[in-house]
Amino acid sequence: MSLSLKKTPIPEQDPKIRTNNFSEVALGYTEEDAATEAARCLQCKTAPCRQGCPVEVDIPAFIGHIKKGDIQAAADNLKAVNSLPAVCGRVCPQEEQCEKFCVLGKKGEPVAVGRLERYAADYLLKNAKPATPLKYAADAQKVAVIGSGPAGLTTAGDLAKMGYKVTIFEALHMPGGVLMYGIPEFRLPKSVVQAEIQVLKEIGVAVQVNFVVGKTLTVDELMDEEGYDAVFIGTGAGLPYFMGVPGENHSGVYSANEFLTRSNLMKAYRFPEYKTPIYVGKKVAVIGGGNVAMDGARTALRLGAEKSYIVYRRSEKELPARAEEVHHAHEEGIIFQLLTAPIEVLGNEQGWVRGMKSVRMELGEPDASGRRSPVEIPGSEFEIEVDVIVVAIGQGPNPLIQATTKGLATNKKGNITADPETGATSKPGVFAGGDIVTGAATVILAMGAGKKAARAIDAYLKEKK
Amino acid sequence: MYRITSISDLAPSIKLFKVEAPLVAKKAQPGQFIILRTDESGERIPLTIADFDRNAGTITLIFQEVGASTIDLGKFIVGDSLLDVVGPLGKPTHIENFGTVVCIGGGIGIAPIFPIARGMKEAGNEVISIIGARSSSIIFWENEMAKASTELHVTTDDGSTGRHGLVTNVLQEMIDAGKKIGLVVAIGPVIMMKVVAELTRKYNIPTVVSVNPVMVDGTGMCGGCRVAVNDINQFACVDGPEFDAHKVDFDGLIARQRFYKTQEKETLDRCLGEGGDHECRCR
Repeated sequence: MSLSLKKTPIPEQDPKIRTNNFSEVALGYTEEDAATEAARCLQCKTAPCRQGCPVEVDIPAFIGHIKKGDIQAAADNLKAVNSLPAVCGRVCPQEEQCEKFCVLGKKGEPVAVGRLERYAADYLLKNAKPATPLKYAADAQKVAVIGSGPAGLTTAGDLAKMGYKVTIFEALHMPGGVLMYGIPEFRLPKSVVQAEIQVLKEIGVAVQVNFVVGKTLTVDELMDEEGYDAVFIGTGAGLPYFMGVPGENHSGVYSANEFLTRSNLMKAYRFPEYKTPIYVGKKVAVIGGGNVAMDGARTALRLGAEKSYIVYRRSEKELPARAEEVHHAHEEGIIFQLLTAPIEVLGNEQGWVRGMKSVRMELGEPDASGRRSPVEIPGSEFEIEVDVIVVAIGQGPNPLIQATTKGLATNKKGNITADPETGATSKPGVFAGGDIVTGAATVILAMGAGKKAARAIDAYLKEKK
Repeated sequence: MYRITSISDLAPSIKLFKVEAPLVAKKAQPGQFIILRTDESGERIPLTIADFDRNAGTITLIFQEVGASTIDLGKFIVGDSLLDVVGPLGKPTHIENFGTVVCIGGGIGIAPIFPIARGMKEAGNEVISIIGARSSSIIFWENEMAKASTELHVTTDDGSTGRHGLVTNVLQEMIDAGKKIGLVVAIGPVIMMKVVAELTRKYNIPTVVSVNPVMVDGTGMCGGCRVAVNDINQFACVDGPEFDAHKVDFDGLIARQRFYKTQEKETLDRCLGEGGDHECRCR
């Protein structure tokens, strides 16, 4: 039988329907879809796909189990190395990771590793039996993990499996970090995130929410007074950047963080049943071209906006968002206002947003990032009428821990300085990884950093003992 | 869980809760706040820490039942637990010996000004406090404030207790009498803080206000609480909540506070039973 050059498509909600709900867009493979897709995997001995996976998933092995119809074995195989496979299967940019190296990609489309990962992980969640609690030695060393986003959860899971007593400290009232407050329900259901965290709790990871390290207790206090032998900092890129244009404090200008947190974590999309309000008005402009911007624009549409714009200063080719997200946004009717840069937020007498003054841009020479940099076209000012503006131009590091921890070196941007291979910081026993070190990146890169740090913490603690 | 150990009614619709939160109590300092949630569907509500007892592991919260969320909160009884309490958040008040400190608390602002007055007095300051409200029924903690201060003035808009007039009338008289003031700390409605700031600016008296903009996470993540201070945006939750009163954009603050008025009314109506079939703790 000749195998398809194309990936087995994943069933999706119709764009016309899904813009009216917050349910997941991609519905996941059926048993038949998964079998068809798994059959495409050549089971290469050299497994080039594996080099693309920051969390070291044994891709041919888990797909091999699916091929044989043993989904449980596939899931167990995934879960042994990856604490969050149901998350990765949904939000990893596989096209830049595992799938980029797939041999099938040379002639056609690569194996849909992400979709298969999701299929196996969801099988586990659906048929979940409580995980067996791990047995810890009486004198097991204690590790504090600060932040419960992808980096922290990965470090915590790996260290627990190595026999360490791990406590995760989370500032918000729910664990999950950006997986809970940032990525919308329609891309990553919150029940999936909580189910993956539940497994960590079952194997013995303690999760302390409502705990702001740097305020409630400092890193030094955790180590000196609370008896933690090592600390991992995975506090992410939580500090929103604004544009710095006039009128940005008008009512109706949100940071993407605020807009998405209200909708995702606080469930404002179910207002007034959930009491946190959110306002979209009729026309929303989201500034930026990354995944967060796509999330913002698509959320605005679902919240009832009649028009939802992506306003980006470069062209479509330079959009930093994943192609799949851009495709979904197009399907849903998001209006791409490209080569446009806002220069002023216009307000009414009450100080509410009524519009946005922008200039048109053209592309000049490539900049440091290799993308062609936008140059303003003189005299091209124009106005767009909008009710709400969501600023999604990036986030910086939250400075709280850096400011309250003795001897923790940071770079000019305020990111924690850490060894890329081990996560070791300038402070003995303190490791860091994810966006707090690299600046805003992806879930999977944060997880990869968490995995490396767990290994380094293990080595550090073995030596310390 | 964060158990409520005692409740008192300070005034109609103003309540005091003592809440078990040992980790917060251990670290709390004047000027800081917490964020709480009543239940799964609740908002994150920021409230100033009005007092703390490190030994008992409790904090004191004072709030006015003004919207659905605070009315909901007001229905809790002793022994109930709040779902979430996180803190202490924000920077503590800068306390040192300034000589004479005038502490002004307007309405519900009396709660946060109390630990500041006490701290300032403990630091050796002469503390002259002025507390004010619309009417006598809304004035609370008169005795506590008297104890925390060297001298206490009370004003009401309607003259039902204390001096008939505004807190700024007392402050103006003090200035006119030639009183040397090292610092004014004013906490209350934004408009009151603005008027205090305008007055003290004329006389170059250093003045600090504590702002309470709309806030979500309280850790610097959402930027909803941004306020222009000296034309530069600051986040009230991590850079504040206290700022130099002479540099705060009060008009911007007032405008941003009004943003959710429509939605607030919607939840309030719903909460008060006009929104049809629903479950709400406040019924």
